[in-house]
Amino acid sequence: MANDIIIDIEHISKSFDGVQVLKDINLKIREGEFVTLLGPSGCGKTTMLRMLAGFAKPDEGQILMEGKDITDVPPYRRPLNTVFQKYALFPHLDVYDNIAFGLKLQKVPSDEIDRRVRKALKMVTMTDYEERDVDSLSGGQQQRVAIARAIVNQPKVLLLDEPLAALDLKMRKDMQMELKEMHRELGITFIYVTHDQEEALTLSDTIVVMNEGVIQQIGTPEDIYNEPANSFVADFIGESNILNGIIPSDNHVQFIYHDFECVDKGFAPDEHVDVVVRPEDIYIFSNNLDKAQFTGTVQSCIFKGVHNEMIVLTKEGYEIMVQDYNAFAPGTEVGMLIRPDDIHVMHKECLCNSFEAEYVSDHKLRFLDAEWEVAGNDEAIASLSHGDKVKIEVNFADVDLMDQQEDGNISGHISFILYKGNHYFLTVKTDGGEKIYVQTDDVWDKSDLVGVSIKPESIRILKTEQK
Amino acid sequence: MRTFKRSYWSVPYLIFMLMFVVMPLVMIAIYSFTDASGSFTLANFKRFFTTPEDLHTFAYSIEVALITTVLCLLLGYPAAWILSNAKLNRSKVTVMLFILPMWINMLIRTLATVALFDFLRLPLGEGALIFGMVYNFLPFMIYPIYNTLEKMDKSYIEAAQDLGASPAKVFTKVTVPLSIHGVLSGILMVFMPTISTFAISELLTLNKVKLLGTTIQENINNGMWNYGSTIALIMLLIIGVTTLFSDSEDKRDNESGGLI
Repeated sequence: MANDIIIDIEHISKSFDGVQVLKDINLKIREGEFVTLLGPSGCGKTTMLRMLAGFAKPDEGQILMEGKDITDVPPYRRPLNTVFQKYALFPHLDVYDNIAFGLKLQKVPSDEIDRRVRKALKMVTMTDYEERDVDSLSGGQQQRVAIARAIVNQPKVLLLDEPLAALDLKMRKDMQMELKEMHRELGITFIYVTHDQEEALTLSDTIVVMNEGVIQQIGTPEDIYNEPANSFVADFIGESNILNGIIPSDNHVQFIYHDFECVDKGFAPDEHVDVVVRPEDIYIFSNNLDKAQFTGTVQSCIFKGVHNEMIVLTKEGYEIMVQDYNAFAPGTEVGMLIRPDDIHVMHKECLCNSFEAEYVSDHKLRFLDAEWEVAGNDEAIASLSHGDKVKIEVNFADVDLMDQQEDGNISGHISFILYKGNHYFLTVKTDGGEKIYVQTDDVWDKSDLVGVSIKPESIRILKTEQK
Repeated sequence: MRTFKRSYWSVPYLIFMLMFVVMPLVMIAIYSFTDASGSFTLANFKRFFTTPEDLHTFAYSIEVALITTVLCLLLGYPAAWILSNAKLNRSKVTVMLFILPMWINMLIRTLATVALFDFLRLPLGEGALIFGMVYNFLPFMIYPIYNTLEKMDKSYIEAAQDLGASPAKVFTKVTVPLSIHGVLSGILMVFMPTISTFAISELLTLNKVKLLGTTIQENINNGMWNYGSTIALIMLLIIGVTTLFSDSEDKRDNESGGLI
């Protein structure tokens, strides 16, 4: 297995202007694999691809190709080719000369160039377009020429940077199928960058989900969809209900105030977990309500083509998304069932905010680049003097967010939002780059600028370390 | 009430153009084809093409203009390339420095050049003339080339590198062909004024070297309006032909070119 690794990315880190865009990335890519780097914009996926192509250099780490270090090899000596997002077809050359560009540089004999260009054009179904001006082609045709220009050089690895992003939906679907077919026919490695999760699921052998410069999960499309590693992946890939739960014992999980059977084991007793249930995995019915695991009232029902998407409010006050072929009108009393293997349980990344702080004086602590008032904790504070380091904790629900940045003790922006059925779980990124997790009933939007404050009595001092 | 048509706004401009562009051109044409008494004649043209001295000046002017243009291109292209390269030049100030001499009147600049040659004890003459011409017109070459290079999509360069082009090949196969519009604009902007200049040649050669512009000026100063006009008309035709030539090259995509 180790022998068929074509690209080995080891401990890659990269910063631009002090902002870290990639943090210790490790990734092995097998020969002939279709790998997709998937993530929201700014997650570092394009930077990764540019590093593979040679347009960016990592600050740390190395990239091996077939066992050889190519980190410092310039792009024109790398045996891989790129299909650029905006195609980058040379406007001063016609279709034929665009495709022949790489071959002419390699001094390939002209009759062979001719043969290979025609073959590449045939592969992308663009025969007879040789003489055309690239400006006279449609977006889809330009895309095909860009692909032909890359594959004609017979690279070992083809890099594709959101190649279908500029096409309309129908064309994109067609091109997806063609790309998959092309990958099968060529047998070379494809590394594909996209932010479109559906595209990633359709095309890939392996999906690498990235967020904020960190790989969140590597796996087959089935793995990623059915067994997301964390709440970010679950939320990013497809629709999902993500809820807080507790595991009282193996094969049992409690959430939305009900007990469910599940297939997950190996959690600590009474561990707090995140539970993921896909909306299409919930059975919904309006007869025999006594057979239901839990019941609720339909709030809304939207026809989505293949299925109906309903929001059901449970008796206990949770909003659950359900997808079903049958439509239930708003107001209908419904019962719901979830099969044990449709419940996916994940460890929580943390149970509360914890920070390293420094005692200033007079009930003041310094953390997150600001001074905070503390109340209570009398015993701990009595033992503290200026400069002592302490560990503190703040519950998710005890962090207050303000509309006006200057009203808070520190300011930041909302970087991630998760709806947990009856409340929101937000990740706030402070201006200093730290993360604070917040549980709130208020509705915020991603990227909203907020002020953050914490009530003095909500800060718990845990461990103290005298100077 | 009658509506005020928007096209009425153009009337002042129309009058201006008529008085200062069309009229002089018509006058030049009329003067060229008439003698001092005002009757039609082709004698002026005949005289130009049979006077060896004037033909020589004509050929010499074109030669000087060509040399200046080539030198400006050789100096200006690399300069424009360096200025537009983000790695080599991080500030717009350097671009400003190249353009700055254009803020000063050409005559003053040329007088300063004369003083500089004096100070360095360099002889005035043909060499000084070429230096003065290149010095004066270099910004007109740099700026349009800089503009096209600056606006050029960097992904073309990356695409070429990706396809195996070394930095030298990227330059010859992509950068140069894609900046050809800027080069053509630059050539035009240098060649056109250099062919008709006379102040620079007068000051920097102590009137020893005569260019076509000088001949025109002398004739008109001496009251030979008709002959002067004829030479001016011939010169206009030459410039017109070069403009037409570069226009047809420019048609393919004119949004990426751009004269200043």
